[in-house]
Amino acid sequence: MALIDLANPTRFLNLANRCLPWLAGLTAVLFAAGLYQTWFVAPDDYQQGATVKIMYIHVPSAWLGMFGWTLMSIAALGTLVWRHPLADVAAKTAAPIGAAFAFLCLVTGSLWGRPMWGTYWVWDARLTSVLVLFLMYLGMMTLWRTVEDPSRAGRAAAVLTLVGAINLPIIKFSVDWWNTLHQPASVFRVGGPAIDRSILLPLIVMVLAFTLLFVTLHLAAMRNEIMRRRVRTLRLQQAGAGAGG
Amino acid sequence: MRLFAEDLDCVRGGRAVFEGIAFSVGAGEALCVTGRNGAGKSSLLRQIAGLVRVAHGTIALDGGDPELSIAEQLHYLGHLDALKASLSVHENLTFWARYLGGSRDGVDAALAVLELDRLADLPAAYLSAGQRRRLSIARLLAAPRPVWLLDEPTSALDALAQARVAELMRAHLASGGMIVAAAHGPIGLEAARELRLGEAV
Amino acid sequence: MMPLAALFLRDIRLAVRIGGGAVMGVLFFLIVVTLVPLAVGPDLALLQRIGPAILWLGALLASLLALDHLFAADYADGSLDVILTARAPLELAVLAKAAAHWLTTGLPLVIAAPVLGLMLNIEPKAMAAVTLTLLAGTPALTLIGAVGAALSVALRRGGLLLPVLVLPLTIPVLIFGVAAANAAIVGPTPFGTPFTILCALSLASLAIGPFAAAAALRHGLE
Repeated sequence: MALIDLANPTRFLNLANRCLPWLAGLTAVLFAAGLYQTWFVAPDDYQQGATVKIMYIHVPSAWLGMFGWTLMSIAALGTLVWRHPLADVAAKTAAPIGAAFAFLCLVTGSLWGRPMWGTYWVWDARLTSVLVLFLMYLGMMTLWRTVEDPSRAGRAAAVLTLVGAINLPIIKFSVDWWNTLHQPASVFRVGGPAIDRSILLPLIVMVLAFTLLFVTLHLAAMRNEIMRRRVRTLRLQQAGAGAGG
Repeated sequence: MRLFAEDLDCVRGGRAVFEGIAFSVGAGEALCVTGRNGAGKSSLLRQIAGLVRVAHGTIALDGGDPELSIAEQLHYLGHLDALKASLSVHENLTFWARYLGGSRDGVDAALAVLELDRLADLPAAYLSAGQRRRLSIARLLAAPRPVWLLDEPTSALDALAQARVAELMRAHLASGGMIVAAAHGPIGLEAARELRLGEAV
Repeated sequence: MMPLAALFLRDIRLAVRIGGGAVMGVLFFLIVVTLVPLAVGPDLALLQRIGPAILWLGALLASLLALDHLFAADYADGSLDVILTARAPLELAVLAKAAAHWLTTGLPLVIAAPVLGLMLNIEPKAMAAVTLTLLAGTPALTLIGAVGAALSVALRRGGLLLPVLVLPLTIPVLIFGVAAANAAIVGPTPFGTPFTILCALSLASLAIGPFAAAAALRHGLE
């Protein structure tokens, strides 16, 4: 099935309805495997003890926070360049999910940092960047909430998404620079050169599981949004039909 | 009951819009204010409603409730519809009915009369200009008040709706109400007296 | 009381519906508080010391910027004209609108403050003090701001006019709000003294604000 066929919302709904149970099942299986490995296979850190297990939620959340905006940027191109009718549905529904993962990343980051820093929040470069990303998601959701007409909101949101996509690396760079100005080395050293396989494998499984969770939630949210828009169209027609008399 | 004005002046932005206006409307009577653009039709209505200061002259309501001001005994239907786009048709009207002292039954009846009952649950944002105007007029029925001040009441309405609104106005007059309307064209009240602004000056 | 309850409920409903501003204030608050460490540096000891002041400044700006629409929306769609012909006194209508506004934008700021305090490394006891001062002080901000909102509608100028008019008037609230919070943290004055004055400021603005705003609305409609 070509991408152009999916432009038809009805066909997309059919596909989504067929895929969703499979996706949900696969997500559950991956989570089962990932959580098993996290708890029973992966070793505790010699310094941090069991708190290191927060990493298996924190790292996938950070990845999906960024993945969400990437998805929205592609969808924004779809709205502005190819005028794909489902593009702004995808963009709109990705924002709250991306925001949720960015938030999860912040919360797990602060919980993880608590035993090490002795405080819930430190203005660490990575956490600050994710916080800014989270704020941008919230701004995007506010934009969608402010305008009632989805197609008008869609084009505005697409422009803002792309500007944000260009800005995000600059923000990341600025925050890193700001941070090194004030304090040396970041606390997080995940992704350093030597990660043991016993940690890496569960992490990869968890990243995959979370990514599938994102895809499943996003597909379901898109389905809901399409139906919401149909309800809106029906009600507009109802108002039009009531015009006489 | 009688609404009257004597020697009324209106000054807006340092410019005299009209001077020495006088009129009297009794129970069951209608007054149609006409005149060219800028002659002060809207200003006169807003003066009666207490929304524009009266520079000189008097406006009074004989035989009204002495406890209430004139503004509290009238309905002002301006150019704007006073509707909230995100509230439903029913919520919009219920709010005005409650705020202006009407009853719950009045809301449903008013919606039915203006043929908006089928749209009751829709957000006002979805309505056409004519439907919005009708919803705005429904406010006059949902909370009964003796004086109606109508500024271009039939703008945006089609012929059928205009006839329906004219019917409502006649019913209001028949029950002893008063109407002061500003209009460019006929509003469907044959018995209305006319007050032409902008020529006597 | 019924007309006023209707107005109060309508404004709350409008704030939480699409296009409403209920979450906007909190979001603005969050962004302001995020910007400060980026400006002054991530030094936790410093942030802890100036934390109450940052929270108060953020809450002050957030609650005033959100007030811009208090009367402007009703003016723009003609609702204000109809509200003026109601039997309920305009002063009480202003109070009902201000109460709805505080509940949908002021109170969320108070609730968000402890979370943001966490990010500024403010201790739990100090955070309780800051939250309490915000709870006592934000009604004053809303009521003083309502006067500015009424004036900016009367003068048909939106945007920055409101903060320019109102910010100087909120200085006492800011002074005693931050003073009370700091008194609870470092002393030497007891918490009660500035806090009582803060409460007095709120009560005074409750007494004066609605009358001033109603007067501005009445004289502004021409």
